Amino acid sequence: MKATERSTIATAFQEISKRAVAHVRELKQNKPYILVGAATCGRAAGALDVLKTFREEIKKRNLDCPVIEVGCMGHCYAEPIVIIGKPGYPPVCYGYVNPVIAERLVNEFILGENPCPEFVIGALEANDILPSFQDFPRAKYEQKIILKNCGHIDPTDIEQYIAAGGYTGLAKAIDMPPEAIINEIKKSGLRGRGGAGFPAGRKWQYGRDAKGTTKYIICNADEGDPGAFVDRAILESDPHSVIEGLIIAGYAVGARYGYIYVRAEYPLAVERVGIALKQSKKLKLSGSNILGSNFNFDIRIFQGSGAFVCGEATAMANSIEGKAGTPRPRPPRMTTSGLFGKPTVVNNVKTLAYVPQIIKNGASWFIKTGTKDSPGTAVFALAGKIVNTGMVEVPMGTTLRQIIFDVGSGIPNKKLFKAVQIGGPSGGCLPEASLDLPVDFDSLQNAGAIMGSGGMVICDEDDCMVEIARYFLEFTQRESCGKCTFCRLGTRQMLEILTDFTQGKGKLEDIDNLEKLAEEVKAGSLCGLGQTAPNPILTTLRYFRNEYEEHIKLGKCPALMCQHLIAYYILPDKCERSCDACIGSCTVEAITPNKKRIKVIDQEKCVKCGTCLKACPPQYNAIVKLSPPSEVPK
Amino acid sequence: MKMVNLTIDGKKIKARPGEKLLWAALDNGIYIPNLCAIKDKPEPNAACRLCWVEIEGNKEPVTACTIEVADGMVVNIRGQNALALARAGFELLMASHALDCAHCSANGVCELQKIAKTLKCSLKPRRLRLLLRDLSVDDSNPLFTLDPNKCVLCGRCVWECRKSKEKAVLGFAHRGFDRVLTTFGDEPIEERCMNCSTCVEVCPTGALAFKEGKKSADIA
Repeated sequence: MKATERSTIATAFQEISKRAVAHVRELKQNKPYILVGAATCGRAAGALDVLKTFREEIKKRNLDCPVIEVGCMGHCYAEPIVIIGKPGYPPVCYGYVNPVIAERLVNEFILGENPCPEFVIGALEANDILPSFQDFPRAKYEQKIILKNCGHIDPTDIEQYIAAGGYTGLAKAIDMPPEAIINEIKKSGLRGRGGAGFPAGRKWQYGRDAKGTTKYIICNADEGDPGAFVDRAILESDPHSVIEGLIIAGYAVGARYGYIYVRAEYPLAVERVGIALKQSKKLKLSGSNILGSNFNFDIRIFQGSGAFVCGEATAMANSIEGKAGTPRPRPPRMTTSGLFGKPTVVNNVKTLAYVPQIIKNGASWFIKTGTKDSPGTAVFALAGKIVNTGMVEVPMGTTLRQIIFDVGSGIPNKKLFKAVQIGGPSGGCLPEASLDLPVDFDSLQNAGAIMGSGGMVICDEDDCMVEIARYFLEFTQRESCGKCTFCRLGTRQMLEILTDFTQGKGKLEDIDNLEKLAEEVKAGSLCGLGQTAPNPILTTLRYFRNEYEEHIKLGKCPALMCQHLIAYYILPDKCERSCDACIGSCTVEAITPNKKRIKVIDQEKCVKCGTCLKACPPQYNAIVKLSPPSEVPK
Repeated sequence: MKMVNLTIDGKKIKARPGEKLLWAALDNGIYIPNLCAIKDKPEPNAACRLCWVEIEGNKEPVTACTIEVADGMVVNIRGQNALALARAGFELLMASHALDCAHCSANGVCELQKIAKTLKCSLKPRRLRLLLRDLSVDDSNPLFTLDPNKCVLCGRCVWECRKSKEKAVLGFAHRGFDRVLTTFGDEPIEERCMNCSTCVEVCPTGALAFKEGKKSADIA
């Protein structure tokens, strides 16, 4: 690249950057501002009503206070989340905000001087007035790289992204020779965050070295695992970071076109990425002659129709080509013959989001975080039986115990931890003994799970491991495309056996059968979906075999979860004569009082819906689940 | 063209560079069980998962239909691991195949019977449970019937049928266990079929079978 061109790129970007900084200063400096977290998680909790209330209240009072719609901060347990900044105060984060609280915050904090500490989760900076996030146990572990902007900037305003340091990486990248970028990514040791952890630099190198002039980059945003929502949150909260990464990848590999393959079930992500693309094109950050250079890169959004298997790269290529989403055999590699038969690099949303920052700050900055073989951070979506559901970003090498108990604040309702399911249907269930495992790509793989999509579902003592395995198998067999024998028929065979277990119809030899079948499906399937589908079974068999055996030998579900293996029973000495709560709640009239007005469940009629257990007032707590059902006294 | 030399089960053969191992073996009279392989299709289906072989230097068995021949390659098609996977795949297929050889027109020429013989395993699944689907048989065509209960979803008929746009009657629908060989909207085959009956000729099983007394020569 010529020196003149180099200077034009830097100058062009400086102009853009200057304008962006001025815009944000104009927006936020020397006045109060309100950020409302309105990603899908926030909206589900009522963020749009909160947003409307703030806007109305501000307008009514004719205040100079911008109300900005932002994405998700990761504290999904406390949605809707609001951040208020006011001169003289640190920015303060409020949780569980509703329209009434919103009105109060305007009256008392924006207009008055009362920051309403009763609604505060934490201030963003350490200070003398309010508790801050730095005081939380999770602050010790959290380190945000790709979630840095999420919940702090307006995803529909490119200038806020630029003012936060965005697109600096791109401007730097197109001043570098493509080979140097690939080398930087290689040096950073960045591994693909889509699941398998393949080195991103090496993949780019394959793509660059591949013969052919037309090449493609695909951003894989087909996040379909139950319990995973990190990709969605990033696309909704900080779409430009992914777009910037995609453009840098395109430049490094020598591609002219990029695709973002996003599920149609993520309408908000689709909308925000669409807006972001238009804005980047307008500022000449994508499209033709990016930043005045001779590099052209156009990005299209492709909406997937909700097939889980399309997250597999070759099936994704088929899907974009307009064919049925079924995988192709490999070799050839995607980087040799992928989309439309051309060399194609497929990277996950998270992988691409790291790229701009690695280019901007250098590989040596990136490898300071994390472990030797898995540098950087790990992003997990915490779900299930955990206090702080939401997203966390911690350095690789943090232990599961720290993530679950310190960052996630442990298990609610004083229940005991039982297992953590990592990596969705392709991952595995790890027991308490694995809690001190430092999390990285290789340690998880050795333990039988995978990093996968970053879904982490926490199970407590009330969760049955056989049922968990059955649940995931039901998912994979339904989502199997049906092309290859092992996945189409093998997952169904395994599901049949597991269903028998949960219904008390299993035989002991079925466990061995299941294990053998699982190994065969793992070895024999065509694509990653089938090859990893048995993981939930194999790990639960490895760590919780006794639970399987209890189901079969004793007809007992130790977690009292499998409906066929439990019965509801009213403890006569606890049942209160004057209370009829359970009778009214029973949907099938299975509960009647006896002569002493103690309530009795007719086991023949009972459909085990569990409503009575919830209806029984806590001061009596008279209804229990028993397993096996024969435990019920005659 | 320089030919590639390789050894399959001790037999030295030559193959064209770039050729898939499965076809190199089959063309040299070495049978490797397969159902979904189609010679003139540029990309292998790799769907039936039966053509497992072991290659010296590789830890895991591979499917012969997806591997290109290489000079000096040493292939073992009777390796224990390869056989175990092939048998597992075959048993899965047979557990969902409406087995009724005695009344099946393919009896004697059925490739499933040939594979069972090669792999030395039974046609009836021993270990797995029978999972049959009880789908309806389409006998609308005057020449042949389609019994999806016998279909192994190899895709040979679909490939033949879709070679020309005017035909393109057969295809796959649904996913997972419900994947089925059918027509657009499940309409009777007769609606659009040109009666070329190539599909019947390529069917490895009795899923597509001529009606009694009919054969391909009966094309009007």
